[in-house]
Amino acid sequence: MTTLSLPDEIDHVGLTDSRFTVPGIRCAGCIAKIERGLQEVDGVDAARVNFSAKRVAVRHDRSLDAETLVAALGRLGFEAQSAATNPLGQDDIESRTLLRAVAVAGFGMMNIMLLSVSVWSGAGGVTRELFHWLSALIGLPVVAYAGRPFFSSAVMALRHRRTNMDVPISIGVLLATGLSVYETATGGEHAYFDSAVMLLFFLLVGRALDSTMRNKTRAGIGSLLSRMGKSARVVAPDGSTKSVAAEDLSPGMLMLVAAGEALAADGVIEEGRSSIDNAMLTGESIPQAVGFGDAVHAGAINMGDPIRVRVTAASSDTVIAEIARLMDEAGQSRSYYVRIADRASRLYAPTVHTLALLAFGGWMIAGVGLHQSLVIAIAVLIITCPCAMGLAVPAAHVVASGVLARRGLLVKDGSALERLAEVDIALFDKTGTLTIGEPVPEIRHLSRERKSIALALAQSSRHPLSRGLARALEAEGVTPAVVCSLSETGGTGICGSWGVTRVALERTEILGGGLSSTLRIGKDRVDIQFLDPMRPDVVETLHALKTCGIDSRILSGDRQMSVNALARELGITSAAEMRPEAKLTLLYALGKEGHRPLMVGDGINDGPALAAAHASIAPSSASDVSQQAADAVFLGRGLMPVALAVEVARRTMRIVRQNFGFAIAYNVVAVPLAIAGLLTPLIAAIAMSLSSLVVVGNSLRLARDTKHQPT
Amino acid sequence: MNVLAYLIPVALAFGGAGLAMFFWAMRNGQFEDLDGAANRILIDDEEPKE
Repeated sequence: MTTLSLPDEIDHVGLTDSRFTVPGIRCAGCIAKIERGLQEVDGVDAARVNFSAKRVAVRHDRSLDAETLVAALGRLGFEAQSAATNPLGQDDIESRTLLRAVAVAGFGMMNIMLLSVSVWSGAGGVTRELFHWLSALIGLPVVAYAGRPFFSSAVMALRHRRTNMDVPISIGVLLATGLSVYETATGGEHAYFDSAVMLLFFLLVGRALDSTMRNKTRAGIGSLLSRMGKSARVVAPDGSTKSVAAEDLSPGMLMLVAAGEALAADGVIEEGRSSIDNAMLTGESIPQAVGFGDAVHAGAINMGDPIRVRVTAASSDTVIAEIARLMDEAGQSRSYYVRIADRASRLYAPTVHTLALLAFGGWMIAGVGLHQSLVIAIAVLIITCPCAMGLAVPAAHVVASGVLARRGLLVKDGSALERLAEVDIALFDKTGTLTIGEPVPEIRHLSRERKSIALALAQSSRHPLSRGLARALEAEGVTPAVVCSLSETGGTGICGSWGVTRVALERTEILGGGLSSTLRIGKDRVDIQFLDPMRPDVVETLHALKTCGIDSRILSGDRQMSVNALARELGITSAAEMRPEAKLTLLYALGKEGHRPLMVGDGINDGPALAAAHASIAPSSASDVSQQAADAVFLGRGLMPVALAVEVARRTMRIVRQNFGFAIAYNVVAVPLAIAGLLTPLIAAIAMSLSSLVVVGNSLRLARDTKHQPT
Repeated sequence: MNVLAYLIPVALAFGGAGLAMFFWAMRNGQFEDLDGAANRILIDDEEPKE
């Protein structure tokens, strides 16, 4: 087995590390296949798959470049993309800091509790003093370390003259610690290090849960512009060519685009005929034939012969850059959404401060002395400390996202669940969303011999139709025939010789008959029809959404005819031939009418709509961009996770509201007791922990209820 | 009460060792790929004979 720890600088042996995002890693077999397969590539020292992040780290010779490795992964059957060199995103660092803080707080809590128990059970005199000093020795560094996430956030809020949940927490913890140090130094009876550290521990657990969940699905997603061609060969007037970086291209230049290259700018074809893969822009997986005068867009991949393209728009003016900008802007509006916990804390924090201050002032006036008044104020701060509140939301979200993950839906963050619960209309893209998005061939009429020849031909081509055919044949257990001297001509097909017979798999000449290929064996020809079948449970899913009170519509960039046919079959309304801007406009219009639309789509052309919708879901077969823009990603061939997501999200919000209800009820009972001076900080800390447990327990019901549900 | 002189340092040392171990594990990337570890157990060491 290969093991690989990855220090960042390993110059000395001429090796370097590269990382690739490989969304197709699904099982142990994939891990083994990739790690073994890459090891056989010359110049690769070691490869290690990170299954959770769907990433592969490769240590390889400097002479090997990323494209070679991507191609090697492609040959192994995995689509890969070069990922940023820095393996740790900002989010990752945050959740690591939180985990460390949890560990430190847990360590401190256990040890201080150990000491405190003996103090409560009546240790006195020198022993008590010694234990207090020991507690201080453990407690001070622990508070200083584990409290940082709260302190820094509180300071940030105060600096902007705002207040948040972290302000009362910080004040409570610092006051309790300060008072305990004073008590310890003066040989007093009580020290509250235990309360302070316990509080930090429970709060940190809530934060860490929240952050872990957020990171889980965000990992390993590439960015939009990385797909665009990075450079182009530009033909000078004298006929010589030179490579020009994408951002230096300008309108009027003539690009030479070789087969397999991605276009670096928008343009019009001046010379040559070819087929281009426009999947990036349209989501359409079938290459489009193009010739003189046709417009082509950056990001499209030339599948056939070399073409010469006159640049009409470059870098930030290209259609794909425009989509990126639309997405960015659309995403902004969503960030105005205020999470329920923040809404609660806006009211909560000032109330808590006022109450604590009032309690302190009241008892001072009542004349119990500074010390007693402070203890009461601390008890109020601790008991109202939003532990149950802090856990109310993340605990329910973590359980819900776990439930959904088991059913094949990955939710990106908690706010996504909240928004999913609120949707009231669902908009579906057609190709790749309602349909599976990959061509499935009709192969029943083929004989055994034909099947094995077809497989031999299809498996050596990267054309989407060939790949679909190869997949279907392999699934039937067909073994490929021996076909040699294979050669592929872009736009036409692939041919070779089977014994002495010429065989070929090529484009069907009669157009308008949908998707099909022709298999030619000698003089014998047979057509293979391809269909893009609907996902198997579309009807059930739409029905389930309907019972949740959600109407569905189709919103597609596809042709009117095929969209209408599908809409009629499903009995829902549709809008066809929608450009990305049109989809956006429609979403905004729906928003204005007071609707909260759920967008389900996969193509890059759906990207802006996914970002703008109140909530959005993309299939895992979607482009990276769409997966990044969407709130959730569903796996597998079924569409049911979409309906399930809405249902679970709604149940989650019910649980969250119950949790809040409980937390508020608990405060209503406990706060007056604390203000009345009946609770010491220790009892307050215990009560607070108990309330947290109730909230966590309530959230766990979510998992149980869902388990009992018939699927 | 003399026993405390041993027990408290021992308790702290154990706790500290646990904490140090956790930090080491985290720095060493033991938590990088939790799902992967669950799957790797299924990989055969030998490639199956075709």
